[in-house]
Amino acid sequence: MWTWFYRLASPPHVYRLAATLTPWFLIPALIAIAYGVIDGLVFAPPDYQQGDAFRIVYVHAPAAWMSLFCYVTMAVSGAIGLIWRIKVAHAVSAASAPIGASFTILALFTGSLWGRPMWGTFWAWDPRLTSELILLFLYVGVMSLRTAFEDAPRGDRAAALLALVGVVNVPIIHFSVVWWNSLHQGATVAKLGKPAMTPSMLWPLLAMLFGFMCFYGAVLCMRLRGEVLNRELKARWVREALSP
Amino acid sequence: MKGELLMADGWAAFWAMGGYARFVWPCFLLAFAVLLWNLWAARRYHVQARRRAQRALAMAGSDS
Repeated sequence: MWTWFYRLASPPHVYRLAATLTPWFLIPALIAIAYGVIDGLVFAPPDYQQGDAFRIVYVHAPAAWMSLFCYVTMAVSGAIGLIWRIKVAHAVSAASAPIGASFTILALFTGSLWGRPMWGTFWAWDPRLTSELILLFLYVGVMSLRTAFEDAPRGDRAAALLALVGVVNVPIIHFSVVWWNSLHQGATVAKLGKPAMTPSMLWPLLAMLFGFMCFYGAVLCMRLRGEVLNRELKARWVREALSP
Repeated sequence: MKGELLMADGWAAFWAMGGYARFVWPCFLLAFAVLLWNLWAARRYHVQARRRAQRALAMAGSDS
């Protein structure tokens, strides 16, 4: 029953599985993002307070969500790699880091561009903004630490430890708007029973979130294949996999 | 509905984004740039790893 689960620790199986899964993630991602952009920019009504500037939410919120999701994936897979010494788990962790960092940069820049017309400033040392910036530093730290060791397994272990320590920042980011006085608005979609958005605004946002999640899945699979190959350069299965 | 407004006001109003064009459009452009970079970088990373593996296999073959 658990055979499929144990096979996820096998590099050749994961290499092939990632190739199979990539289009299954990428095609829905492109469809959902195209729908979200068109519906969000053209058909969603303007906000009664923020006007058309609110449309930035359709890229800002999914990017911010993904910055946290990628970090949790990176930390959990790092922990699995540390505890069970599974090479593939470290590969997932390494593949997640640059994707998560790019989403964090996107969330920070789009937030800044949204902040200028709404708050009158591109940047404020607000709890939500500051903790998101710390998340970017954590991503950079994890990526740098992994490459700082000549011995790759030691680099993997050090990076996993830092990722695990840094995971404390994730609830801080999420609850920063509740715990402290913040310029940043509170949760709009996370209130499951009663989201603060009207459905015509909410659907494109959910489509963009789904699209970004699937996109992350596709890019993770593509990067994971490279990571697995880099860790298994001299393995026998690589010869078979690369033979024409 | 914004879609109806777009039909009534035309493309100029759509591109103007209610006066927030210089904030809205750069966000969407940056988002597409980040998504495209991710695709390009992931593909490049895999291609480079393949080349490295092929070189390692070729060296192992010549050694034996």
